[in-house]
Amino acid sequence: MSESTVQIALVLPDLLGTYGDFGNAVVLEKRMTWRGIKAEIVPVMFGEPVPDSCDIYVVGGGEDTAQTLAVKHLREHPGLQRAVTKNAVVLGVCAGIQIFGESFTRADNVTHPGMGLIDSTSHAGGSRAIGEVLATPANNLFEGVLTGFENHQGRTVLGPAAQPLAHVKVGTGNDGSVEGAVQGRIVCTYLHGPVLPRNPQLADLLIEWATGTKPAPLDLPAVTRLRNERQRAAS
Amino acid sequence: MNDSPARLPLRTAAAVRLGNMSSKLSQKMGLGAGGMIGGRIALKLDPQALARLTQGRTVAVVTGTNGKTTSTMMLARAVSALGEVATNHSGANMPDGHVTALSKQPDAPYAVLECDEGYFPAVAGASGPKVAMLLNLSRDQLDRVGEVRTIERSLRTAINALEGTTIVANCDDVMVTSAAYDAKNVVWVATGTGWHQDSASCPRCGDPIRWSGEDWHCTGCDLKRPRPQWVTADNALITPDGTKVELGLRLPGKFNQANAVMATAAAHAVGVPVDEAVRRLRGVSNVSGRYRTIQRNGRSARLLLSKNPAGWSETLTVVREADHPAVLVINAQEADGRDLSWLWDVPFEKLQGRTVIASGERATDLAVRLTYAEVEHTIVPDPLKAIDQMPQGDVEVIANYTAFRDLNARAAADE
Repeated sequence: MSESTVQIALVLPDLLGTYGDFGNAVVLEKRMTWRGIKAEIVPVMFGEPVPDSCDIYVVGGGEDTAQTLAVKHLREHPGLQRAVTKNAVVLGVCAGIQIFGESFTRADNVTHPGMGLIDSTSHAGGSRAIGEVLATPANNLFEGVLTGFENHQGRTVLGPAAQPLAHVKVGTGNDGSVEGAVQGRIVCTYLHGPVLPRNPQLADLLIEWATGTKPAPLDLPAVTRLRNERQRAAS
Repeated sequence: MNDSPARLPLRTAAAVRLGNMSSKLSQKMGLGAGGMIGGRIALKLDPQALARLTQGRTVAVVTGTNGKTTSTMMLARAVSALGEVATNHSGANMPDGHVTALSKQPDAPYAVLECDEGYFPAVAGASGPKVAMLLNLSRDQLDRVGEVRTIERSLRTAINALEGTTIVANCDDVMVTSAAYDAKNVVWVATGTGWHQDSASCPRCGDPIRWSGEDWHCTGCDLKRPRPQWVTADNALITPDGTKVELGLRLPGKFNQANAVMATAAAHAVGVPVDEAVRRLRGVSNVSGRYRTIQRNGRSARLLLSKNPAGWSETLTVVREADHPAVLVINAQEADGRDLSWLWDVPFEKLQGRTVIASGERATDLAVRLTYAEVEHTIVPDPLKAIDQMPQGDVEVIANYTAFRDLNARAAADE
């Protein structure tokens, strides 16, 4: 393995792989490989220590039980937390946004400690948010609309250290108004789809952060067509 | 064992008659196949209809995420060696479908019922089955059906409450094993198939599950792979006394061999001799249009149904065996589940180098997945047009639920 290979840690796909978020790692890998940047996916399985040497960490969504086990595992093996202090790039989806925060409270009113990577708290909302989402990126983080599919009961409140990822136009997101969180190089979102196949601008932003260079344009007609279709379907 | 079904109370009999009338009316008016509406009306008029209609019959209930319809048909064929069998076809697998099927054959002493996982507790409770067959449990339409672990727990509770039922269960599936583990009378079947992605952690205690070869055990509690009585071998089965029986199925794929071994074990528990059961289920070739081949303009297209990541992964192994072009058809209607994230859990990379067309209402979502899987493809949303654009000869068509249903209906109308 050469020093210049960008390593993408796929964190606990056996627990947090319920919603196809594995696709986010594939998209990062392919978008780098196709541009001549060496990249590889490093799966980190349940029961194994978490390395702190990867460049990008991708964490997906999962069922409630799996999420509790995942956060327990990630607190016992704090490689991801160490990597964050070394400026690693992190994408957390759905369960990710909840376990990265200070705490999350379930529908049974039991509060679980989070990993404390994001200034946020999450709690169970009254109803499950299911459906297509459209949102405008906050702080001009990237171009174009953010599109995805949400399926969650959690609601998330951001503290002053965290910025929203986007402002909701259609759907629920964190609370009906903002969607996701950005803090340093950690990006969180409730959106599946998965999120990176549908939002290549966000994928390229993560790649730019990891490599230090803005990647060359990459035109994939099927992706453009999908973004147009999903925007029409949601609005 | 051959008691004829008990006489129906007046209320049930009237409810059944009205239900049957509305089934026929629904068919005549072209509203549907009449598989559910009759049962729905009968159940409204008599909520106990299912319990009353199964009373006095020998019942087998088939449940699981994938393979229900095929296994049910196989088991029904095998059990017909003993007498007339009432069974629900074409996936009408909720209580209204059961009531419709039972009403149509009031005198059949046997019933083989395909049952949606969510309805298993109610149906098993009402019908007191002699045999319950548990195929597999994996994620399926998460925005609609709910979490796999919730389903496992409800099946476990229901199974533990059953008296006198033989559970026929797949010991290569961690979720199924957990659901059946505490039952008094279990027949374990090694199917050689299992979707491991939903069972990294124990459904009982949460600790990691460790696999070594086909064996598995939980690292935290006593849940482990039970010793199987029946084993699926290459195109054959091995019975509890060690006899090897060739399967010789007309249906393709390892997963259909697994379905056949499960069905044989279940039929044996009902009282059918093994050779007789295998001989009968060998003849199954077309299950509600699945696996059937349609002819169009010099193309011979085989229709395959797959509804979820585990099903697609299995089906792709069948397609891979032959180097035929493939039309993949994806919809995301309510009955399919509206969230297509699962497309990324399917190893479409296996199709690299093959001629592929992405089709269906959500062809574009599939096209993006195929792009990142580096599978060259074109997009043709209409599946019949997609078949016509393939080179002449054999074509494999794989479709998810509503896509398959609509394609099958259009193909049947053309014939």
